[in-house]
Amino acid sequence: MTGDEAVSRLRSGMTIGVGGWGSRRKPMSLIRAILRSDLAALTVVSYGGPDVGLLCAAGKVKKLVFGFVSLDSIPLDPHFRAARQQGRIEVAEYDEGMLRLGLQAAASRLPFLPTRAGLGSLVASTNPGLRTVTDPYGGEELIAMPALRLDAALVHMNRADERGNAQFLGPDPYFDDVFCAAADAAYVSCERIVTTAELTAAAPASTIAISRVHVSGVIEAPNGAHFTSCAPDYGRDEAFQRRYAQAAAGPGQWESFGQRFLRGGEAGYQEAVAADRVAARAESLP
Amino acid sequence: MSQRAGGTASAADKAAGRPADRAEICVIACAEAFRGDGEILASPFGTIPLIGARLARHTFEPDLLLTDGEAHVVAGTWAVGSPPGPPGNPVESWLPYRLVFDLLWTGKRHVMMAPVQVDAYGNANISAIGSHARPRAQLLGARGAPGNAVNHPTSYWVSRHSPRVFTSRVDLVAGVGWDSAVRAGPGATRYMALRRVVSNLASLDYDPASRRMRLASVHPGVSVDEITSATGFDLVIGADVPVTRGPTREELRLIREVIDPRGTRYQEVPA
Repeated sequence: MTGDEAVSRLRSGMTIGVGGWGSRRKPMSLIRAILRSDLAALTVVSYGGPDVGLLCAAGKVKKLVFGFVSLDSIPLDPHFRAARQQGRIEVAEYDEGMLRLGLQAAASRLPFLPTRAGLGSLVASTNPGLRTVTDPYGGEELIAMPALRLDAALVHMNRADERGNAQFLGPDPYFDDVFCAAADAAYVSCERIVTTAELTAAAPASTIAISRVHVSGVIEAPNGAHFTSCAPDYGRDEAFQRRYAQAAAGPGQWESFGQRFLRGGEAGYQEAVAADRVAARAESLP
Repeated sequence: MSQRAGGTASAADKAAGRPADRAEICVIACAEAFRGDGEILASPFGTIPLIGARLARHTFEPDLLLTDGEAHVVAGTWAVGSPPGPPGNPVESWLPYRLVFDLLWTGKRHVMMAPVQVDAYGNANISAIGSHARPRAQLLGARGAPGNAVNHPTSYWVSRHSPRVFTSRVDLVAGVGWDSAVRAGPGATRYMALRRVVSNLASLDYDPASRRMRLASVHPGVSVDEITSATGFDLVIGADVPVTRGPTREELRLIREVIDPRGTRYQEVPA
């Protein structure tokens, strides 16, 4: 399916989990498809990077469930910061390990998982619905991290077959498999759709982190994680990321960034990025 | 398993050249924070803590584990700003984020984070300044700070010691301090181990009786008065405050020639 088809299955008000970590292997082509859609009032669960910043800047986010938002090489995402500082989004802020436990609980059809993380911290004081649980064997009071059940998960992988078996070839699977298992519907974009046999031709089976049992749709999206990294297929586009961050300087800058890159569909985006790269190279010539 | 052996002292004591500067003293103070840790993962955030952890592993804490900043535990010593590589830096094990969580929940990790605010009991803020509902300045978010503090040894690094950072009350508690943990109960305090706070002026720890921050040593050339006036709460100060030790000649050579030949430490603390 296409990214737009996947996004057409989402509804306003849904809880959407986004895979990747910071500015690494984010399903950016699917995020861009959401920006083009009329979806609104989403609850977003993410190890946040520019996915969160873009969705905030476009006014798509009602609530963010997060542990951090960072662009890695640029520590803070200015679009997310602006949304928070202007009071435009609600948040549920957790320790990053708790986010994993919440997804794991949802995937395991459990109401919660116990943890020490969060005790005594802002996590306990700023999440009014968060409860503790007493160890029935010992008596210690621990935090009961509630299940983070997702209506849909969006992840980007290096390779996948048509049926949804999906492979990471970089150093870290992040939590993409857990996001998929925690969701009622998971959409996997990938750099290249290959035959099932090709998945294990070049890499061990342990790199096929996501099973088709959890996947509702596969989207071939070359350069689909741009401008985040998608090792080993490509690294982060640092120059473009800087431009994205600078577009937060004011409404005029964001408007012109959007005009240039976000108006023409995914193919239009990729063409604009390529043209921009050629222009930058020409400018840098002596 | 441990490979600890006696006698790491190098005979290659060359002329030390210029004396150690403040950034290099800070490297030593950060390295010292990891002394005695043995075979656990050291997770330093910030350039000077990173140099310190690599120096500690190269010299007096050879069993420490260090990562490449991605998903690998890597052996050997390499320069900051460069990727580790063969033949000196083989990958020891795979450590994607999910296994970092698993490892930190076992307690076998010592993190050194860089808060924007820290108070007398070691409550540390990296999340946001102002109110949580509508921050004046949104920062990173809690990241792993809440879980780190209640699970394993936790230290902090402050490159600019000031009353704004060393504050009487943090806006948000990301890293849990002693008083917050005690209020939360034994589930929070059981494995808690706040260790050091290293700044550009001093090395601090916590008074065992009151659990309040204590001046452990002043960096050479810094007076106790300078530190108290740069701190927004009352420190526990003993009768005799020692001076932070300087680097040995070999440590100075390692910092300058091997671990930080480009001088990136001066971006955090000017010479």
